[in-house]
Amino acid sequence: MGEKNPENDVSAAVKKKKEIVIDLESFGETLYHQMEQGEFPWIKMPSRSTENIYYNPELRQYVLGERKVKRSTRNIRHIRPFTQLVWTAFFAHQLSHQRKTSTLRDVYYSAQAYNMSFKDQSESDNVITDLETVIGFAREDFNIFPEERSAIFGDLTIEYTVPGYEGRQMNMTSHPDGLMIGPALTYSEFVKTSADKVIAIEKGGLFTRFIEENVHKKFNALLVLTAGQAPRATRHFIRRLNKELALPVYILTDGDPWGMHIAMVIISGSANAAHLRGLTTPDAKWSGVWATDIVDYKLPTDPLTEVDMKRLQELQRDSRYKDEIWQREIKTFMKIRKKAEQEAFSRYGLTYIVDEYLPAKLEESA
Amino acid sequence: MVTQVFEEISPADFFYRNRDIAGFTNPSRAIFASIRELVENSLDAAELAGAPPTIYIRLTYGEGGLESGVYRLRVEDNGVGITSRHIPSAFGQVLFGSKYKLKQARGTFGLGGTMAVLYGQITTHKPALIVSSTGSTKVYKYRIMVDIQRNRPIILERKILINKDQWHGTIVKFSLEGDYFRAMPKILEYLKQTALVNPYANITFVDPKGRLYKFVRATTKMPPLPKETLPHPYGVDVETVKRLMQMTPHRNMRDFMIKHFHRISEKIAYKFLEFAAIPRGKNPKRLGPGEVVKLVQMMKRFEEFRSPSASCLSPLGEELLKAGILKELKPEFIAVCQRKPSTYAGHPFIIETAIAYGGSIPKKTDFVLYRFANRIPLLYDEASDVSFRVIKSMNWRRYKASPDMPIAVLVHICSTKIPYKTVGKEFIADRPEVKREILNGIREAARKLRRYLSKQEHVEKEKRRLSVFSKYLPKIAKFSTELAGKERQPDIQKLLEIVNQVGRKESRK
Repeated sequence: MGEKNPENDVSAAVKKKKEIVIDLESFGETLYHQMEQGEFPWIKMPSRSTENIYYNPELRQYVLGERKVKRSTRNIRHIRPFTQLVWTAFFAHQLSHQRKTSTLRDVYYSAQAYNMSFKDQSESDNVITDLETVIGFAREDFNIFPEERSAIFGDLTIEYTVPGYEGRQMNMTSHPDGLMIGPALTYSEFVKTSADKVIAIEKGGLFTRFIEENVHKKFNALLVLTAGQAPRATRHFIRRLNKELALPVYILTDGDPWGMHIAMVIISGSANAAHLRGLTTPDAKWSGVWATDIVDYKLPTDPLTEVDMKRLQELQRDSRYKDEIWQREIKTFMKIRKKAEQEAFSRYGLTYIVDEYLPAKLEESA
Repeated sequence: MVTQVFEEISPADFFYRNRDIAGFTNPSRAIFASIRELVENSLDAAELAGAPPTIYIRLTYGEGGLESGVYRLRVEDNGVGITSRHIPSAFGQVLFGSKYKLKQARGTFGLGGTMAVLYGQITTHKPALIVSSTGSTKVYKYRIMVDIQRNRPIILERKILINKDQWHGTIVKFSLEGDYFRAMPKILEYLKQTALVNPYANITFVDPKGRLYKFVRATTKMPPLPKETLPHPYGVDVETVKRLMQMTPHRNMRDFMIKHFHRISEKIAYKFLEFAAIPRGKNPKRLGPGEVVKLVQMMKRFEEFRSPSASCLSPLGEELLKAGILKELKPEFIAVCQRKPSTYAGHPFIIETAIAYGGSIPKKTDFVLYRFANRIPLLYDEASDVSFRVIKSMNWRRYKASPDMPIAVLVHICSTKIPYKTVGKEFIADRPEVKREILNGIREAARKLRRYLSKQEHVEKEKRRLSVFSKYLPKIAKFSTELAGKERQPDIQKLLEIVNQVGRKESRK
């Protein structure tokens, strides 16, 4: 187990829950008080506009700047989203209170039961992001989860805290397909592990191959499937594995600008989550597939498209990508104008990636 | 060798042969034209009596019933009546009338009544019955026919009745061939529009099926009667001047100019005669034919005549126009505009315009246009009328209006000489002076419409605004109360009142 820090505290999750419930209630009280005073209810919150998003090199993630916005119900354009925000706070409070969880889609539909209309899910998702900004916690902390699920496999024992499972323990090797990183795992406490590293994998096919090839044993690793862009619950989970258990994290993605960025979001977070902390794992390493790997291992490739090239140019200017290794890989991609998928290693046989590539890469990135 | 036979025909004979000139083209037009001519005579007669007109029109099947196509028409009014000795000529002689004067009047041919009677006679060969009294102790009753070849009335019967209750007015009753059911829509439209532009008139119509149409007056106020006026020098021709010279008692050109023409002072008379190089003391009867032509030419060229006064005109006035529109069209909003008097070719005219919006105005693919001339509706040939073109030429988007909105545009022209384009007298010609006045009049009304529509828009916006606040504020109150764990919801009525007040304040701006 890693050293003691707040996130390592056994009661941290419970404490955080309480804090959120109090925050939601005092949000309600503030508005209540304003109305009692004959004021149109209003709030101030950090602006999430792009001009107010900065990269913080110390935190190694995007953060919001000083700029605040005032949302007042005096303004007819604000009143509808404001009402939606208050309802969402009310709904989140109920979820926490009843110890239930909800998906983003669920929130969208639940609103209709209260005669609250959202035009579409993206509107309700946006209001949930507003609530995150106001409260300062991620939606997962107030029990709202995205639809996408990722998975974990390996020797890690956890203890559930969700209703009905309190105190029950579970080992992450107990199901050969891996265990879904859903609300129950997110809120679980870590008990023990024999692993000394985490390998995060972009694609389901490779994740299954790794389990079949006993990578978790051979490399003494916990395997995490991100299933494309890692959901925030998964990013949070990877961070906990890194911080609480002090496990180094290695990320394997496709060899293209998009795979590269999947790794980067796990490491440094996204601009969309600039209002949140606790989702990044700055020490995680992108282990491949690198552009240089494509050359070194002579992998089967596809040509980079126009869109790929444009994306590379964007990444080249992105402050998260300023480190030498990233700049080198971006340049190589642009030079060779080729990309390769993780499955490309199969040309050397099904186990080549595990037997040859992985040890080499782990050594290289460690 | 072929010899040509020359013969002279009387005016009655002329109109008998050319009855389409007067609008009696076919059985359906004829029945419409008969009603129209008599109603207009009645309106003029009542206005002359200074009493709000009460007109009763009854159309019944003739002896043969519906099949025969013969109807009996009775039109009754409370007008000044006709003096006994003039009754036969008024209805039995074409071009005999009281309207050959220079003032605004509905008919000008002196044809109307006689033409209707004449048409009835030639289609049914039955006499017409005329009953009239000027409010004296006697009522005169005539049964007459027209001697078409000689243009003379034939009196078949004359009766004198005692007028116990000082009744004044005229009753005309005669048979005619017609097609009421084809004419019906136009007749009803005509009566409705007549009621609109004569809002002080009671008009009752009973059709052959016994259906009653009542157009009740909205006011007893009537526009002041037009005054008779002298001809303006810009508007006369050689013939008119020659006639004046024959009848004038004045012995010198100075008096001739001052006494027979409109708004000519001594100073202007001198100036003009000098301009025309005619000695001021010359006897008008001594002017040679060439000099008369030259005089008329100089009259058109002289630029210092004062423009004609509008006292010979009798516009409806904004108030009465509004009342008429309100009662017949029942719109949500009316904008009216009376232009200042203007002239074309020496004839004074006044344009009155109105725009009615919403309410019972129908939504169509285009604006509804109502045209009036000297307080009579014009129902035919709309697309040829100058007003129609003016409306088409305007950029209505500037006035927040579009053709699919429920909008009616009304144009009323009053003049001693309406610039009709054809003898059919159904549409106004494209005179630049008239066109400009119509355009300015419609623009002015349209500006008022725009102000109203903007205000409406604002009110709507405020309504929506308030509804947004009243929809969401209670919810915010409810959810914050639950979040805060309070029992009682905060009072948001104050907030809603603020929203409402702000809205009202802004709409007043």
